Amino acid sequence: MSEQLHYALFTGCTAKQSTPELLSSTLAVADKLGIKITILEEASCCGASHLQDFDEFLAHVLNARNICYAEKLGLTMITICNTCQLNSAMTKHALDKDPELKARVNEKLAEVGLEYKGTSEIKHFLYTLIDDYGLDNIKDKVTTPLSAFNIAPFYGCHNIRPSELHGASNGNENSYNPTSLDSLIDALEGNPVDYDHKNKCCGFHVELQANHTSEVLAGNAMVDAIDNNADMMVTPCPLCHLKMDTYQDSVGKVIGRDVELPVLHMPQMVALALGCTEKEIGLNFHVQKATQIFSEVQPA
Amino acid sequence: MSNTRKVTIKAFRFNAETDYLPSYKSYTMEVGKDELILDLMNKIKWEHDGSFSYRRSCRHGICGACAIKVNGKATLACKQNAIELLDMFNNELVLEPSSKKRAVKDMIIDKSDFWAKHEAVKPYVVADVDPHPEHETKQSIAEFNKFLDSDLCIQCGACHYSCPALEVNDAFLGPAALNAAYRFTVDTRDTAGDERLEITAQSGSGVWDCVKCYECAEACPKDINPIEKIGKLHNMQFERGVAVSNVATRHAEGFVRSIKKHGFLDEADIVVYSEGYLGMYKHLTTAVKMIKAGKIHWDDALPWVDNVPKSKNLSEIQKLIEISQTNKL
Repeated sequence: MSEQLHYALFTGCTAKQSTPELLSSTLAVADKLGIKITILEEASCCGASHLQDFDEFLAHVLNARNICYAEKLGLTMITICNTCQLNSAMTKHALDKDPELKARVNEKLAEVGLEYKGTSEIKHFLYTLIDDYGLDNIKDKVTTPLSAFNIAPFYGCHNIRPSELHGASNGNENSYNPTSLDSLIDALEGNPVDYDHKNKCCGFHVELQANHTSEVLAGNAMVDAIDNNADMMVTPCPLCHLKMDTYQDSVGKVIGRDVELPVLHMPQMVALALGCTEKEIGLNFHVQKATQIFSEVQPA
Repeated sequence: MSNTRKVTIKAFRFNAETDYLPSYKSYTMEVGKDELILDLMNKIKWEHDGSFSYRRSCRHGICGACAIKVNGKATLACKQNAIELLDMFNNELVLEPSSKKRAVKDMIIDKSDFWAKHEAVKPYVVADVDPHPEHETKQSIAEFNKFLDSDLCIQCGACHYSCPALEVNDAFLGPAALNAAYRFTVDTRDTAGDERLEITAQSGSGVWDCVKCYECAEACPKDINPIEKIGKLHNMQFERGVAVSNVATRHAEGFVRSIKKHGFLDEADIVVYSEGYLGMYKHLTTAVKMIKAGKIHWDDALPWVDNVPKSKNLSEIQKLIEISQTNKL
């Protein structure tokens, strides 16, 4: 790489609140790899699909505003949450293909001195690591290989579906047979676990209003990973992480099985292999005990 | 390079009348570059085993009869090129019915649940029609375009049987029925819109039970994007004042409340606001665990404590909400 990679980071809400370990490990990984990150401090919540259910136009206006700040910097906007990725990308696609909607949104944005142009790409950090930085280059930086672990990749819906909308921004990932996380695990010398539920739904979005559905979906995925000998699960989405990590007791009760599996954020896994510090990786912030993983990867 | 490829296809075999469990049988065949999954099923039946059963009719992607799953991917057999799928799945294809639990014989399933859900949303124009009209009912292009793509549904069931919410929750109407509800509700000739919105607003069966996985968008062979229509139904509930205050609607509306205050979502407040203080007992165990892990703080849910980070230039966000918000609960 001749030029230094530089991105505008849209943190999303969870990385600033209930999953601080996601933000610290993301920044640590970027630092180790020499990727420059500018945090979009102006950004608001993406709406997480729920604001979109209430008031789609308002959600477009707020997401367009977030993108405006990346455009001002002339940078690609990167996300570290699948749902942030999808909702931001949906606004971008809606505005880029519908000039009338774009004009209506820009009429509102003009009131605060902003204009959405459509000049910034929106990409999840997982795909910037793979497509822009490159797996071979990551491989070269691995100091603590993850060879002791069977790692179950959990892709999360909003990074892989709808595939037509994601297109090149997720490397045209095949939603029925995704491979990006598997190949990242490979590059870190971990053992990717092949299991049916890797591309299925975790149930997070109906946690409150359809709790049983939510618990069963999470449980099916976790049990599938456990039955295929996973030592841990890894996901690029903090919402999948919250569902899978925080609710293991109640999920276990609903599906009638003991469910115990550490669930890591994708950047935490990379940070482990790159030799980032215990504090940066932040495994202490997990509900399901995961701190032992840090000592287990340390070279003897 | 040869124009054909020799492959072994696995197929789900089951006869509900005679079999206790299904089995998978393998069939080896040459596959040409223009052959469809339907051609492969025909070969199994005509060249290997005449008892292999599947539905087929139009062969033009309009009757919806031949919808099956190939390696878990919803597939309209008469539209899907076989080589394309062989490439996608490293030459290993497994043909299965759209829903294994509803299998009657091989690829044939009992779709009665699909039709019952469809019927429940009144999938037709409800209108008082003059039996001797003097002129046609006119619709503008824009009015027609509102339901043009949702009207392309061929009722193949691909989305319905790909929906994980339906797999867990039998009561859920599912993406196909909800798409139909949308299609007729936005039709200017129809008068039953509010009734349909009420049907689709029900907790447990309606739009709020969609898990937002986008499997339906991926499955639809006609590119209808059913979940987009589900989103529009959500919005219409608020636009037309049909939405009642419940945990799901407060959860959706509560995002505005948070964003107005902080720019970010207040993760504790959204749960309290959606559930109400009395409903919080359900979350106590989880909350205690999250506090222990340092994910949340013990005082996050107290209304007079504000631990939420703020977006820079918050006043811009507040102004934009003030001038752009169109819906209310």
